[in-house]
Amino acid sequence: MPLITYREAIKQALAEEIERDENVCILGEEVAQYNGAYKVTEGLWDKYGDKRIIDTPISEAAFSGLAIGASMLGVRPVVEMMFMSFSYVAFDQLFNNASFCRYMSGGLMNVPIVVRGPANGGTNVGATHSHTPENLVANHPGLKVVCPSNAYDAKGLMKSAIRDNDPVFVMENTLLYGEKWEVPEEEYVVELGVANVLKEGSDISIITHGRCAMISLKAAEILAEKHSINAEVIDLRSIRPLDETTILNSVKKTHRAVLVEENKPFCGVDAQISHLIQYKAFDDLDAPVHRVSAIDAPQIYSKPLEDWQIPNEERIIESVLKCLA
Amino acid sequence: MSSAASTKKAVRKTSKKRAYETSEINAQLSKEEKIELYRTIVGIRRFEERSLQAYNQGKIGGFLHLYIGQEAVATGIVSLMEENDHIITAYRDHGHALAVGMNMNECMAELFGKYTGCSKGKGGSMHYFAPDKGFWGGHGIVAGQTPLGAGLAFALKYKGLKGCAVCFLGDGAVNQGSFMETLNLVSLWGIPVVFVIENNGYSMGTSLKRSSAEESLAKRGEAFGIKWDTCEGHDVFEVREKANEAMSYARDELKPFLLEIRTYRYRGHSVADANHEKYRTKEEIETYKKNKDPINVLRKKLIADKTLTEASAKEIDQEKKVEADASAKFAEESPYPPKSELTNDVYWTVDNDTDQQLKGTYFFND
Repeated sequence: MPLITYREAIKQALAEEIERDENVCILGEEVAQYNGAYKVTEGLWDKYGDKRIIDTPISEAAFSGLAIGASMLGVRPVVEMMFMSFSYVAFDQLFNNASFCRYMSGGLMNVPIVVRGPANGGTNVGATHSHTPENLVANHPGLKVVCPSNAYDAKGLMKSAIRDNDPVFVMENTLLYGEKWEVPEEEYVVELGVANVLKEGSDISIITHGRCAMISLKAAEILAEKHSINAEVIDLRSIRPLDETTILNSVKKTHRAVLVEENKPFCGVDAQISHLIQYKAFDDLDAPVHRVSAIDAPQIYSKPLEDWQIPNEERIIESVLKCLA
Repeated sequence: MSSAASTKKAVRKTSKKRAYETSEINAQLSKEEKIELYRTIVGIRRFEERSLQAYNQGKIGGFLHLYIGQEAVATGIVSLMEENDHIITAYRDHGHALAVGMNMNECMAELFGKYTGCSKGKGGSMHYFAPDKGFWGGHGIVAGQTPLGAGLAFALKYKGLKGCAVCFLGDGAVNQGSFMETLNLVSLWGIPVVFVIENNGYSMGTSLKRSSAEESLAKRGEAFGIKWDTCEGHDVFEVREKANEAMSYARDELKPFLLEIRTYRYRGHSVADANHEKYRTKEEIETYKKNKDPINVLRKKLIADKTLTEASAKEIDQEKKVEADASAKFAEESPYPPKSELTNDVYWTVDNDTDQQLKGTYFFND
């Protein structure tokens, strides 16, 4: 299987879907002639032209809303947010119109759009460009959200998202764009709502999503080597819909859970997962559920501190040891 | 400019105008079509009067933004819609809904929160939709519908369909950022959308003078290279003529158009706006009603050209009153949606998952 980058995997998904369905188009700031701020769409404008790859002015509310309106008539726009932080500029469009139009019309319409872009910290850009709003999206019934942690999932989830008839947010990660994974040449999709057991284990469940899944995997290796702890690592992949079964099966097997995410802790995704575990696996627990989140403050600029603010192997290991103590 | 001054100026202007009913787009109307315009205008008025009564009886909750006084605008524009045209508006949407042909029963039942409502009781007054009739809402946030309207028109262009989208907004909405962003975008890209500013002089309880720095709202189009025009909204024939020019231009040239239509609402911003006689005078309201009521204006013209008689006009009025009363009875007698409806119509994939193929949990109720 070829090794390709996370960036290349997303580009392949976009290109394949553009070729498959004439209604798929890409809109965003500098996605066409500039080749994308993070080069995710590099070469697509050359190949597919102005109709399918569309540069927008810096007007997130207008182009997000335009995409939603166009989707009502069957266009399937993929909207790139240069940073997912910028979705806040389009809040009314994305969090009122995309999420609720179907409901408020009693099911007379649907909004098949994808909103994609990087949603991560750790890049030394300060608080306004480091949001991880998967919890915010998941708090809006009508929206779906996925957080691919590797190139295989990024491609497969992106293809599912584009084919989905509801609005789907795909949370990417700039720190993963250049990382490589094995991705098959033949076509595949990754379904929404199916978690991935990245590593099987018996002592404790580390439940995580996005880039934190990769960090958790490294932490699990260290735990095995240095502490003889056999941790299971569950990558949620999809936040809403959520694969509750895989989470609960793992906890019922290991009896302990550490939840790891880059979200800030208050009302983060893991607040919901924690509730789920205590509510549906209470009798299986041997210890309270532990969480490792971004340290609860606005994202700091200073690099060494930011590296400590977002979850890292050291903090995960510490939490696992505490949970097992 | 005070609203009283605005009315005076408008009256002066009107007296100089030619008779719009004889212009080409209106001269070609058949007798039946003219009667239909009258039936629509009267129907909207009687429906809303009946809804107000129901609101005052406590049958309708939430907000009720009445269109009374503005009926000729939606009626005139909807009468010009062609096969590929679409419309979208904000929360003062009853007139547009009835004009596209939604029936009083489904609209009244929606106000009552009933299962037989056009949105099964899930949307309410501000959120009527009829995609099958080219009507895409009914949107609750001021100017939130303006990028959506651009999107409808974008889709027409993308698919190579000749048509336009008409996006209605109020005079308050022009000061929202999303609208200004959208004006730039549609001009830049050549999007066949007509923005119709229904300028009723008040953004909620704040007069135009106190909310917009420049009194000509359509003139803002110039900043974006968008063609614009203004007209009066009490005469359905004038609305039709000006809107026809705008809509034809959008369809033919694949360009946006900004049309400001000066109109007036008799009621408050919403029924909950009990102070609407404090931010404007009673006299101002009465003067408009007396001189420019869209029903009276149209009735006089249709009687003058022998389309209607006093008696046949009364008959239509009576018929619409009966229809509105019947819709209230229908709404009253209809059931509320069952509890199981709460989580339907949230996700298309869940609603259509007949063979249980979907993975994962979609709703998080313990």
